[in-house]
Amino acid sequence: MSSQPMLEMRGITKRFPGVIANQDVSFDVSAGEVHTLLGENGAGKSTLMKILFGLYQPDEGEVIWQGAPTTITSPSEAIDAGIGMVHQHFMLVPTLTVAENVALGLASGRRPLTDLGAVSDRIREISEQHGLAVDPSVEVWRLSVGERQRVEIMKALYRDARLLVLDEPTAVLTPQEVDDLFVILRRMTSEGRGLIFISHKLHEVMALSDRITVLRNGRVTGQTVPAESSREQLAEMMVGRAVKLTPDRPDVTRGAARLKVNQLSVQGDRGTLAVENVSFDVFGGEILGIAGVSGNGQREIAEAVAGLRSPVSGSQILFDDENVANLNTKQRRARGLAYVPEERMKDGAVGDFSVSENLILVDHGTDAFTSSSGLFKFDAIKRHCSELVERFAVKTPTIDTQTSNLSGGNIQKVIMARELTAEPTVLIASQPTRGVDIGSAEYIHSQLIAQRARGTATLLISEDLDEVLGLSDRIAVMFDGQIIAIVDADDATREGIGLLMAGVVEPTG
Amino acid sequence: MRDFFTVSILVATIASGIRLATPYLLAGLGETIGQRSGVLNLGVDGVMQLSAFFSYWAVLETDNLWLGMVIGLVVGLVMGVIYAVVTVVLKAQQGISGIGIFLFGLGFSDLMFRRQVGTPKPANQLPEIPIPLLSDIPWVGEALFEHSVVTYAAFATVPLLAWMLRSTTFGMNIRAVGENPQAADSLGVSVAWNRTFAILIGNGMAGLAGAALVLELGIFQPNLTNGLGFIAVALVYFGAWRPVGIMSGALLYGLVAAVVLQWKAQGIIPRGASDIAAMAPAVLTILALIILAGRVQAPAALTRPFSRH
Repeated sequence: MSSQPMLEMRGITKRFPGVIANQDVSFDVSAGEVHTLLGENGAGKSTLMKILFGLYQPDEGEVIWQGAPTTITSPSEAIDAGIGMVHQHFMLVPTLTVAENVALGLASGRRPLTDLGAVSDRIREISEQHGLAVDPSVEVWRLSVGERQRVEIMKALYRDARLLVLDEPTAVLTPQEVDDLFVILRRMTSEGRGLIFISHKLHEVMALSDRITVLRNGRVTGQTVPAESSREQLAEMMVGRAVKLTPDRPDVTRGAARLKVNQLSVQGDRGTLAVENVSFDVFGGEILGIAGVSGNGQREIAEAVAGLRSPVSGSQILFDDENVANLNTKQRRARGLAYVPEERMKDGAVGDFSVSENLILVDHGTDAFTSSSGLFKFDAIKRHCSELVERFAVKTPTIDTQTSNLSGGNIQKVIMARELTAEPTVLIASQPTRGVDIGSAEYIHSQLIAQRARGTATLLISEDLDEVLGLSDRIAVMFDGQIIAIVDADDATREGIGLLMAGVVEPTG
Repeated sequence: MRDFFTVSILVATIASGIRLATPYLLAGLGETIGQRSGVLNLGVDGVMQLSAFFSYWAVLETDNLWLGMVIGLVVGLVMGVIYAVVTVVLKAQQGISGIGIFLFGLGFSDLMFRRQVGTPKPANQLPEIPIPLLSDIPWVGEALFEHSVVTYAAFATVPLLAWMLRSTTFGMNIRAVGENPQAADSLGVSVAWNRTFAILIGNGMAGLAGAALVLELGIFQPNLTNGLGFIAVALVYFGAWRPVGIMSGALLYGLVAAVVLQWKAQGIIPRGASDIAAMAPAVLTILALIILAGRVQAPAALTRPFSRH
């Protein structure tokens, strides 16, 4: 290992109209090292990486690659120089095979024909060398998320990347897959490759990093090593104030079962059963967490309970002992349903609408907001919305601001405000803090805990295992359309839930 | 009705069906390549009308059929350059841009025809070239192997394009930019160039389709295509974005049209109902699209302009 870093970014400043995305940021990676870049959305991590990949040019500062000042002007130049990236949203073509995805953009030895035979052979070699199991002949759409990620890493190794940037690589993996990934990454650093790890999952950052650099509002707020730091300290460096990572859950007396789901089966988008014979109860004053890798039926359960997806006949969904399976969403809302959907901008809010329009999206036709002549009561709407914005700490210039201009966390607060003012009996919260900054996440968690204290039956669906473990009273684990176990949160461990998420019912050594 | 089932009439009808299928096939194949790269072109019909007119005009003036075909191709390519600038460089909304191209083609070919030719005059037609030996096979020979060079070429293009899409780097790039242009771009595959080439292939083939249509007939009239180019776009869905599928669809349309013509000539379809019979292709299109709805997957990035940020 040479003493000189393989990559050095010195004093990088990048300004956009009205924003300084990076201010005097210095960051370096040595061969054989995992250097983590930690920060909230908008802290400047992606800008820095876009500069590294030539998508932006810095206004000030320089990039030194393997000892020489370098100007990179496009992603393909970065690839040619030996810098690879595994994007958070996989850059794969689902209809192409693994070999075709790897070969894309590379010169073929048999021009104008592709040379997939040779590419496949090389893929098998690299697979063996790095313990990276991928079948080159399979179309990517058939692969699991974990396998797709291995294809992304394969693409970088095939191009012999010396430095690899991993952008939130664990977001969609089970804990076991994360462990496997870390083994692969460690093997890569032992060969002298450098890794930049971008993540906001603090325990993973602590587990994998050699060094950690924290960004906030475009500036470096600290550099540390795991041995001299803690999750709480890292969170404080990210947010700029002390943060409670695990919410307090005061004791609440559990009420009656307010949401009962019996023998629920639901079809998925492909016409096959996505949920099969699932039964569970959620009691008043309880948060039932549903853990699982995405795509195992969680979304379909949420949509079936919310009335957005028809269950297979014979399924029962009861709110306070009344079967609502044949009622539409509006009728279910009248019986106390509140729904915070997974796709915030698709199902939760209308981006082009103002904050106030989104806040009255459900109730705009009621007497409170519409007069008998059919016109909006703008004064009442304004009063109501201003109060909600205040109460839910939504950061917005005015209530007339277009919602899509807000940050993810604030949009989520708008949705929570709308859904929770109705004082629900049944609350479905799907991925409530995905892509949300730590400060907003903390607030959203406190609101869910407050609902629990009110006696609401809450169904919490999340891929963030820490969130499920921190908030739930009981945890149901979904695998392949079924709930394979429901465990008390007090008895649950990360490892145990992780095994269940992978479909392993009886833990094996 | 009985007369229809004599062998000679059946053979003639099949031969005519294959001939009528040719412009559908050329235009549909071209549109397929464009769509596989993520670009919808609703202007096919307009391009066909333009190329049909210029091709016809060239043959009328020079009696040179080859020149007519080349002019048809060139007009298609010129329209392709325009469409690529509009949709790839300027990233305009594809559906509306295509309708613009269609209206331009419809109007400009009409204008040019009125100014330069005036009344329809017959021009040279594409000759039938029997293939030696094969055309001597009883019945089959007459049905399959006595066609114009354009028809042979159109059908030969089917395996060629299927192979191009499957086995060449260019074909792989086309499929990649049509499914996930961000991924292709991140690996240094130029989305703009691949889409531009795909558009040029598509429009060039639409140009050939227009030339083939007019030179089979030997005469031009305003709105010659009568919506044929739109059917060709529908054929791409019908054929599930695969060259062989497009060919099946084109043959189906050609044969239905040939049967309708034959039945009209024989009086099986009464004169008063001939307008209703003329709707057959449209009805067929709608039925096919209803049956196929949701069963085939379009290229994921179809109609979506690509930009990096």
